[in-house]
Amino acid sequence: MALIQIDLQKTLHGAGGDLSLDISTGIDAGEFICLYGASGTGKTSTLRMVAGLMRPDQGNIIVNGTPWYSSSDSINWKPQQRAVGYVFQDYALFPNMTVKENLNYALSKQQSQSMVTELLEVMDLIDLQHRKPNTLSGGQQQRTALARALVNKPQLLLLDEPLSALDPQMRSALQDYIIQMHKSYGLTTIMVTHDIGEIFKMADRVLELADGKIKQSGPPTILFSSQSVSGKFQFTGEVLSIVKEDIIYIISVLIGNNMVKVVADEKEASQLAVGDKVLVASKAFNPLIRKLH
Amino acid sequence: MIEWSPIILTFQLALITTVLLFLASVPLAYWLSRTNSKIKPVIETLVSMPLVLPPTVIGFYLLVALSPRNQFGAFLSQYLGLELLFSFEGLVLASIIYSLPFMVHPIQSGLTLLPDSIREASFVLGKSRITTFLKVELPNIKNNVLTGLVLSFAHTIGEFGLVLMIGGNIPDETRVASIAIYDEVEALNYSTANTYSMILFAVTFIILLGVYFINGKNLNKTWR
Repeated sequence: MALIQIDLQKTLHGAGGDLSLDISTGIDAGEFICLYGASGTGKTSTLRMVAGLMRPDQGNIIVNGTPWYSSSDSINWKPQQRAVGYVFQDYALFPNMTVKENLNYALSKQQSQSMVTELLEVMDLIDLQHRKPNTLSGGQQQRTALARALVNKPQLLLLDEPLSALDPQMRSALQDYIIQMHKSYGLTTIMVTHDIGEIFKMADRVLELADGKIKQSGPPTILFSSQSVSGKFQFTGEVLSIVKEDIIYIISVLIGNNMVKVVADEKEASQLAVGDKVLVASKAFNPLIRKLH
Repeated sequence: MIEWSPIILTFQLALITTVLLFLASVPLAYWLSRTNSKIKPVIETLVSMPLVLPPTVIGFYLLVALSPRNQFGAFLSQYLGLELLFSFEGLVLASIIYSLPFMVHPIQSGLTLLPDSIREASFVLGKSRITTFLKVELPNIKNNVLTGLVLSFAHTIGEFGLVLMIGGNIPDETRVASIAIYDEVEALNYSTANTYSMILFAVTFIILLGVYFINGKNLNKTWR
C-alpha cells in the first residue's frame, strides 16, 4: 500500500484568474517524486496542502493509514502535528540564529543534540555553524535549510524549488546532498522543480502538472518521448544549433556541461529548433568506456 | 536648589507607561499584522488618532469618562477602588492611550515585513504560535521593538496638555516636569524653569541619539 494517498481539490485565486486544482495520487515509501510543470499550475500549493500550510477545499491526505486531512470527517492536522521536513524556496532560515541555533531550534523536547551534530557533519556545516544566515552564500544557506528540515527525522521531505536560485555547479553539488539524505535517512521526498536535468538525475517518478491536474505520471523519460526508448544509454540536453551539411544535419546538443554533436536527417531536423529539450540515446551500438586519469 | 520630585515623577510615569504599553501593544500589533478583518481599518484609525488630535481632546473625553458622576467612572471607583482623575494611575492610563501609535506602529510594520515563510518554517518544525512569536518573530524585529519602546518613553516625557487636563498640578502625584516648567514660568522663576528644561532636553536628546546610533549600526550589519 502506498505510504501517502493524496486526493485534493482546491480553487486557487491567482493573478491569471482562478485555477481549480484537482490532484490525486499515491506515493510509495522511499520514492523520490518530482512535481514538474509550468508556473501557476499548483505545484507549490500541492506541497503546502500536504504540509498543512494551506487548507484544501475538500479531499483526503492519508499517511501510513492515518488521515492528516479529511474533509468528510472534518480532520485537519496542524503543520506542527504533521511535522514534515519542508525546504522553502527562500530557505526561510531564522536570521536571528546561527546555523547551529537554527538546527537546535528544530529539535523536539526529548531529542538529544546528536542529530544536530550529525547533520552539521554530513552537510559540511561544521566550519559555518557559528555564522548567521545573512553571512552565508546561497548554497550554504540551502544546506542549512536542508539540514534543519531533517533534524526532526521526518518521514516525508518536501522541497519547493530548493535549487532555483543557485548557479549550475552549486546546484549539482546540492542535488548530490539531497540524494544522499534521501537515501541514508530513508526519506520519501517530493520536490518541485522546473529543471529537466534535475528530474533525470534525481526522480524515481515525475508528476507533470498542467492546469491544476496531473497530466502524466511515470519515470522521467515520459516527459520527452511519446514512445519510450529502451536505449543502452540516454541523456537529455538542449539543442544549441542545427547546421545543414550536404544532405545531413549536425545538431549540437548541450548535455550537462558537455556539447555533443548528433547527426540527423532532414525530417528529424525539421522537428527541432534551437532551445528544444531533446533525448539523446543510443541503442544498436555498444558505447566505449575508457578510464580517465 | 530645585525640587527633584517632578523630574523623578516624569521618569516613573514614562517607565511604567512604556512597560504597560509594550505588553498591550504586542498582541494588538500582532493581530493587526495578521488579520484580514473588516474592522482592521477602524482599529488602525483609532490607534493613530492621538497623532492628529490635540491632547486636550483626549484629555477632555477621559475627564468626562472617568468622572465619578459617570457610570464608567462610578463603576471604577465603586468596584475596583480606582480613582483615576487627578491621580498618578490616571496619568498612566492617559499616557498609554496617548502614546499608543508610537508603540503599535513600529511593531506592526516589523511583523508585516517579516516573510511568511519564516513563520511557516517554525510551524512545520513543530513549534507553537507562541514559541514562534517569542523565539523567531520578536527577536527578528528587535530594532522595531526598540524604536517603539524609546519613542513611547520619550513621547510620554513630552506630554503636557493631557496631563494638565486630567492630572492637574498635585505635587508628588501628578506634577510632572512639563507641568512644573509651566508653573515656574507662570511664577516668573525662570532659572528653575531653565534647569528643568535643560534636564529634559539633555535626557531626551541622549535617548533619541542612542536609538539612531544603534539602529544605524544594525542596519549596516544586516545590509553589508
